[in-house]
Amino acid sequence: MLDPTPNGLHSGESPLLQTVGLTKRYGDFLANDSIDIDIWPKEIHALLGENGAGKSTLVKAIYGLIQPSAGEIRWQGDRIVLSGPSEARSRGIGMVFQHFSLFDNLTVAENVALGLDGKESFKDMSARLEQVSKTYGLPLDPRREVWQLSVGERQRIEIVRALMQDPKFLILDEPTAVLTPQEADQLFIVLERLKAEGRAILYISHKLEEVKRLCDTATILRGGKKIQTCNPGLETAASLARMMVGGEIKEVKAAAGRQTTIPRLVVNDLSLAPDEAHGVRLEHISFELKGGEILGIAGVAGNGQDELFAALSGERLSKDPGTVVIEGIAAGHLSITKRRKLGAAFVPEERLGHGTAPRMKLSENALLTGHAASGMVNHGFIDTAATLKTVDKATETFDVRKAKRDPEAASLSGGNLQKFIVGREILRNPAVLVVSQPTWGVDAGAAAVIRQALLDLATAGAAVLVTSQDLDELAEIADRIAVMFHGRLSEPLATRDATREKLGLLMGGSSLEPKEAAHAVGA
Amino acid sequence: MELVEAIILSVLAASTPLLIAATGELVTERAGVLNLGVEGMMIVGAACGFGGAWLTGSIFIGALFGIVAGTLMSLIFALMALGLAVNQVATGLALTILGVGLSGLIGAGFVGERITPATHLHIPGLTDIPLVGRVLFGEDAFVYFSIALIIGVWWFLYRTRAGLILRACGDNHVSAHALGYPVLRIRTLAVMFGGACAGLAGAYLPLAYTPFFIPGMTAGRGWIALALVVFASWRPGRLVIGAYLFGAVTILQLHAQGWGVGIPSQFMSALPYLATVIVLVLLSRARTGGSTAPATLGTVFVPDR
Repeated sequence: MLDPTPNGLHSGESPLLQTVGLTKRYGDFLANDSIDIDIWPKEIHALLGENGAGKSTLVKAIYGLIQPSAGEIRWQGDRIVLSGPSEARSRGIGMVFQHFSLFDNLTVAENVALGLDGKESFKDMSARLEQVSKTYGLPLDPRREVWQLSVGERQRIEIVRALMQDPKFLILDEPTAVLTPQEADQLFIVLERLKAEGRAILYISHKLEEVKRLCDTATILRGGKKIQTCNPGLETAASLARMMVGGEIKEVKAAAGRQTTIPRLVVNDLSLAPDEAHGVRLEHISFELKGGEILGIAGVAGNGQDELFAALSGERLSKDPGTVVIEGIAAGHLSITKRRKLGAAFVPEERLGHGTAPRMKLSENALLTGHAASGMVNHGFIDTAATLKTVDKATETFDVRKAKRDPEAASLSGGNLQKFIVGREILRNPAVLVVSQPTWGVDAGAAAVIRQALLDLATAGAAVLVTSQDLDELAEIADRIAVMFHGRLSEPLATRDATREKLGLLMGGSSLEPKEAAHAVGA
Repeated sequence: MELVEAIILSVLAASTPLLIAATGELVTERAGVLNLGVEGMMIVGAACGFGGAWLTGSIFIGALFGIVAGTLMSLIFALMALGLAVNQVATGLALTILGVGLSGLIGAGFVGERITPATHLHIPGLTDIPLVGRVLFGEDAFVYFSIALIIGVWWFLYRTRAGLILRACGDNHVSAHALGYPVLRIRTLAVMFGGACAGLAGAYLPLAYTPFFIPGMTAGRGWIALALVVFASWRPGRLVIGAYLFGAVTILQLHAQGWGVGIPSQFMSALPYLATVIVLVLLSRARTGGSTAPATLGTVFVPDR
């Protein structure tokens, strides 16, 4: 039987939640293979594993979204069978989803109401929403519609929604993937506070340093099996990663003696009015990016990064051609296709729906960005062999794992799809690559592959612009880092001078408008 | 004066079936289901409604027959499109073809029969007020019901929790499922409501508009109702404007042709469509950003278990 006192602290009580031999089978595939996990009150328990290790399946079973094929779930010592999420919620299990379970066209208050049982009036609920968001320092305007909000704000809705049910046990699926260090720190304060209030937290993350800092216990899954339960404080990031991957992760390394060459992407005093009511106005953005160089753009989500990407990629055109210069040619007024023909390539943040058409095959998706300049079209006819070759080449070079040769984009896991998208663009040998959030929600192994690919591309002489909210990532690959705030771009700092503190201040708008700093952090 | 009143009365009569059918489809589409079978459900509703009234002599029972027939038709759609996750567009089109054929079969025995049409309200004094009396206080029950219906639907969608859940299913069925809402059950109910409304709208034609049944008497009204929902950008208020505008221009152009206005009659017949499209497009321009259509409209949802 299980040892009920794994660390001696809990003698005499039973865990808050326990899974015993929990198994979930899809056909022949074992998504979860006999998993035992104990979660105690006042505990932050990390659940670690690569994409496809079975973390999502496990938490879905605990939240009542799927029924386990075998094994059982015990709540406060008693066996329970959850008919669905509402029963899980009524027992005190809350969940914050990785792919936010929000409704874009509904307001914040309506979204929160949908996550509650509806016993209180909408007005009372709205009042309580404001109170809870204030208590935990998670400011929200209940009347705004979700499509207008930044990723960080959307996550706040999820967390507040979960907190309003006063859960005893809260599941968080990669909550910091999209947050700035300051936002993440704020979240940790909230989590520590929840722990002090006697709640238990199951914390899924890829960020091992974060897990070491925050979590009391860590359970590691690999290939649907539990590998180990340990105290992450006593492990190193490397030893945790080894357990997750079952081997060493390749270290990302820049080639020595990388030379910067001619300016390949120049932005001159780019200003652009927003194209929607709540967009960000780009104001006087200027930078110069040379071949062989990687420029990182940091910043809290929703400070104009999306607008800058649209202006660079040609999704939005500028009246003045000179604002964007690609390979020495004024391109501000040129379409995406024409910019691609100049040698530029673009990888947007959103993998499904922006980077790829989800229900189309990979080869068709390769064609969608490659038709202009990669010889996939002959006199108006698609060269199917060439598109398939791109898929095969991307698969081979970037280790894209998929079920068949040419599946639908939506069937790939996030990490593998991202490797494909980045690979697709890099195989075109671009002179300029603009990439937004390259490793958002991607597991450590895939992230390392992608970062290495970006470094190699720069080594080969291309200019690379990376927008990311992951400062560690920027520190790892960028030569210089600039920060976006309220549509303005700071002077780039050399990466060695760009401390977390300095970047954090810039991300809060400090050096631009000192007075607003305190208010802007986390706003 | 007499003429103005007569025109307004006929506008209301022409608009009511459109409004009822479109209201039902609006609810269906707000739940994320595109049921293109409105025309088919309407025509079966018309045949069954007339049959019910002819057999029993009661307009009320006729209307009930229409509602039940429309609902049964919509259940076929729900079984196919929701239960078996078949393509919604194909299922809806098939439903219309089925409905047209079925209504001919059901109605074959009634063709040429006549019934006493639905009585109009008469309140002594009020109904006799010149110009507005008959418009406000002299309509048949269907007209009053259609107005209550659209107000009720507005209230349901924007002021009740059930309405919020229904809109949520249309906006993002994956999230709604993740939060534990029975997406397919909610959608089935919405489809049934749409069917009931279409059946009633169909029954209105032989019960109140013209007191007899002829095959194909819906004459494309189901398609117009579908288009109205889109052009009203899925909003009940705009749906009322759209339905009455369409009815008004239809009637006015008939009168205009009667007066001998020197415009080709084909152009005049096209006018209701043109006017409705233009006005509703202008209305929807006012909104910026966000999507107006329910985001999951017409997409198949299969919950993983």
